[in-house]
Amino acid sequence: MTFLRLLKKSPFSARVGLGMILLNIFAAVFAPYIAPHAETEIVGDVWMTSGEDHVLGTDHLGRDMFTRLIYGARNTITIAMLITLISFTVGIILGFLAAVLGGWADQVFSRVVDIMMAFPTLIFALMVLSVLGTSVPVLIVVIALLDSTRVYRISRALAMDIEVMEFVEAARLRGEGIWWIITQEILPNAMPPLIAEFGLRFCFVFLFISALSFLGLGIQPPTADWGGMVRENSGAITFGILTPLWPAAAIAFLTIGVNLMADWFLQRSGRIRQEQE
Amino acid sequence: MNNISSMIAKRMGLGFATIIVISVLIFLGVEALPGDLAEAILGQQATPETVEAFRKELKLDLPPHVRYFSWLGDFLRGDFGNSLANGRPITGLIGWRLSNTLFLAASTAVVAVPLAILLGMLAALYRDTWFDRLVSVSTLSAVSLPEFFVAYVLIAVLSVRLGLFPSISSISDEMSLGEKIHGIMLPCLTLTLVSLAHIMRMTRATIINVLNSPFIEMARLKGIRQSRIIIRHAFPNALSPIINVVVLNLAYLVVGVVVVEVVFVYPGLGQLLVDSVSKRDIPVVQASGLIFACTYVFLNLLADVLAIIANPRLRSET
Repeated sequence: MTFLRLLKKSPFSARVGLGMILLNIFAAVFAPYIAPHAETEIVGDVWMTSGEDHVLGTDHLGRDMFTRLIYGARNTITIAMLITLISFTVGIILGFLAAVLGGWADQVFSRVVDIMMAFPTLIFALMVLSVLGTSVPVLIVVIALLDSTRVYRISRALAMDIEVMEFVEAARLRGEGIWWIITQEILPNAMPPLIAEFGLRFCFVFLFISALSFLGLGIQPPTADWGGMVRENSGAITFGILTPLWPAAAIAFLTIGVNLMADWFLQRSGRIRQEQE
Repeated sequence: MNNISSMIAKRMGLGFATIIVISVLIFLGVEALPGDLAEAILGQQATPETVEAFRKELKLDLPPHVRYFSWLGDFLRGDFGNSLANGRPITGLIGWRLSNTLFLAASTAVVAVPLAILLGMLAALYRDTWFDRLVSVSTLSAVSLPEFFVAYVLIAVLSVRLGLFPSISSISDEMSLGEKIHGIMLPCLTLTLVSLAHIMRMTRATIINVLNSPFIEMARLKGIRQSRIIIRHAFPNALSPIINVVVLNLAYLVVGVVVVEVVFVYPGLGQLLVDSVSKRDIPVVQASGLIFACTYVFLNLLADVLAIIANPRLRSET
């Protein structure tokens, strides 16, 4: 209910963003019911242009593009969400611990993160994938850990500010443990900027897996995935067929939606968006 | 003066240490392979004898630290060993591609940096007008767009519809500079559009920040024109963060070319890296990864050093 009340006061751009996100979630959840065909079913010729049977035409193997797009929403969003959740869990726990414990724990975590961030993320991921091979679990763990360095930085900074406040001091004097201080005192107060950050990180992760899939090193076919679909159909563009643009536009649509929402949250939590990456 | 040089020396020492740690990580990454490199490459059908012989060839029979130092020594001498995929020396493979990648990144920087700074200054000058709002909306969406989306839209419009530029940027040494520039027009444009947003936003933000300081108020009270205030008074003082963000974006460019190179089948280092990862040609991955990482660390270092030099306030800090 509070969310609905908040939404009433929200600017137009945030509502548009929310609509765009909901549309994607709807497609992801109800994929088998909305999609006119099965995920890998071959229904026509190669690269048919859009007609009444196939709203967006067919892909390089003659599968229905609209169906693939809807299943792609399901696969790509689920994996990106999972990665962002893991990255936030790891990043927040380590960041808060570093701020609360201080001393050597802070030093060790921060130096490791410094080194990981000195390395370009895409190159790091490519090197790890070349050694471990590309499979979905490897992909999830590798990207989540790489991304958690950014979450670590921001949650450590947030916790540093909160940690010196009186109510944390009071909790310490009461004899509360570290876990209590982290979950009951720091986390609720760090929530608004972290939610905005979650949106931004999700976008980054989403674009990142899409880029990896586009390079052929992410989610592997025949699983429908937007980045991979752009790659598979890229040949069509030279014939003037716009098929590869649909999944690429779907990626842009979702990330713009999330960005619009995150932007509103950032303004609400009264923080200027940090220039990073 | 002593202060700056000691700060710079400290920062350079840190950069050097980072590169050493990265090289160790890259080396150890391969060590972490289940089994070892020889087994991984030869597959399960290989007899123990061939695995043993191959191990000798890769010098896998030596202890790790010996191999690390000989690998690093060879690397510093410019000898990267041989590719596993075709047995050719990696140095020859990489040299030409590296120069292509740098050519693409440099041409993009020449276009993108002045344009971004100019647009950022204009947005600061016409703050809160429709122009400013247009700039901020387009930069927000530019950050959200995947590079390949921008690339394919450009191909569909400029290459297929209008036939202005080739959709595949193959370049060779025989081509003249003009032909080369015509060839890389689309990847260059894609990278420009993608990297424009950051520099523009930073320029706008820092200039607006400086515009709020007392000396600008003074200049305004003297009756100086707004455009002159921005160019002569605000811009020099905003230079340090702008230089910083420009160099960081160059670092991004060198790495971000990977996807764009693949879209346009451009013979650069990024394309080689991606190919080698999918072929699991690990020596090539190690070499090109280390080159990318070094370039990235070096440009980040440069950004910090330039920011220290350009910022008078940092100079007095101890």
